Amino acid sequence: MFLSGMGRWNERVDRLLFSENRLAPEPPASDLTPESAFPSYFISDEMPFVPENWSLKVGGIVARPAVFTLDQLKRMPQKGMRIRHHCVEGWSAVAEWNGVQLRELAKLVGASSDAQYVEFKSFDNGYYSTWDIESSMHPQTILAYGMNGKPLYPDHGAPLRLYSPVKLGYKMVKYLTEVNFLPTRAGGYWEDQGYDWYGGV
Amino acid sequence: MAGSGLQILSAYPALGPRGAQYSWYPFQNMAPPSWLRFGGWLAGARHWHFAIAWFLILNGVIYLIYMIASGEWRRRVFIPTRDASNALAMFAYYLRVRKTPPPEDFYNGLQRMAYTSAILFGIVVVMSGLAIYKPVQLYWITAAFGGYDVARVVHLSCLVLLALFTVMHLVLVVLHPRTIVTMVTGGPRG
Repeated sequence: MFLSGMGRWNERVDRLLFSENRLAPEPPASDLTPESAFPSYFISDEMPFVPENWSLKVGGIVARPAVFTLDQLKRMPQKGMRIRHHCVEGWSAVAEWNGVQLRELAKLVGASSDAQYVEFKSFDNGYYSTWDIESSMHPQTILAYGMNGKPLYPDHGAPLRLYSPVKLGYKMVKYLTEVNFLPTRAGGYWEDQGYDWYGGV
Repeated sequence: MAGSGLQILSAYPALGPRGAQYSWYPFQNMAPPSWLRFGGWLAGARHWHFAIAWFLILNGVIYLIYMIASGEWRRRVFIPTRDASNALAMFAYYLRVRKTPPPEDFYNGLQRMAYTSAILFGIVVVMSGLAIYKPVQLYWITAAFGGYDVARVVHLSCLVLLALFTVMHLVLVVLHPRTIVTMVTGGPRG
């Protein structure tokens, strides 16, 4: 009771602290983590590989629900950044990511202003997460298809993963299949097990 | 705070970022023993840590306000030119290197050093904690420490220093048991 109460208080503080205008600083290229040292995590028994005819379904309370192929996503305005990753375990690592801004996609499908949450689903054995809309619309929140100047590999969520400097790693769903704009809060793989739902840094 | 902090540390018991861990750290990849940990697992420990932190800070703020408002800070503050040699002499006396204690005020130099540094360690442990808790929303604090991984080292170091302070404090209280009464009542007005 005490812990859940304090948890709710902390989320309130986290939301107050958050600003869509505050951009995470980009570390210098000399800080890039060697690829072999950047851990990869998945919950399936084996590393998930892109299913044939993969596409991204975008839906929920949107005016124009749509299905996108990887090529279509790559043709949208691209955003690249070099960012320090923060894992809930306490380690950090630096990589470059490029992809399409989630806010761009939201505009394209006409996400309703009633959508206060965004749910992300994957083909990694049901791994999913739900974010607050503010963090989702942050300019550095992207759906990434490139890592360190190369196409995203299966070890880091190919063909598409959620990436943003404003959240802890467990909230950034890899192996994406669906993005749903929702009016009410949904859970997440780790969140359902007791990890902090907001997970912001 | 210490117990839940060590449980959190256990999830990545190394210092330094992935691919560039700090070679000087002797306990790299060695998790602290379970009897020192609190919270059961990473998520539980984090909930405790971020809940109790508020009370630690509140306690610290009330303590500082009282110290300043009552003027009590005057006889506790460590001023090196006045207190450093006295602190050293006091330490030598406790080690039995020196036969007699040096002349002392209400508080001796060693006490002043201890009370002043404890406050400093407390402030730094909180600031470095904020730096690793919100490295993006509070990035100016994180940057001031030299980045996330450096702030993490500072945070752990402050734990060690505060633990040392606590141990020394308890040892000295045991050696001077009548001080327990003074600690509770505040003693004679100075």
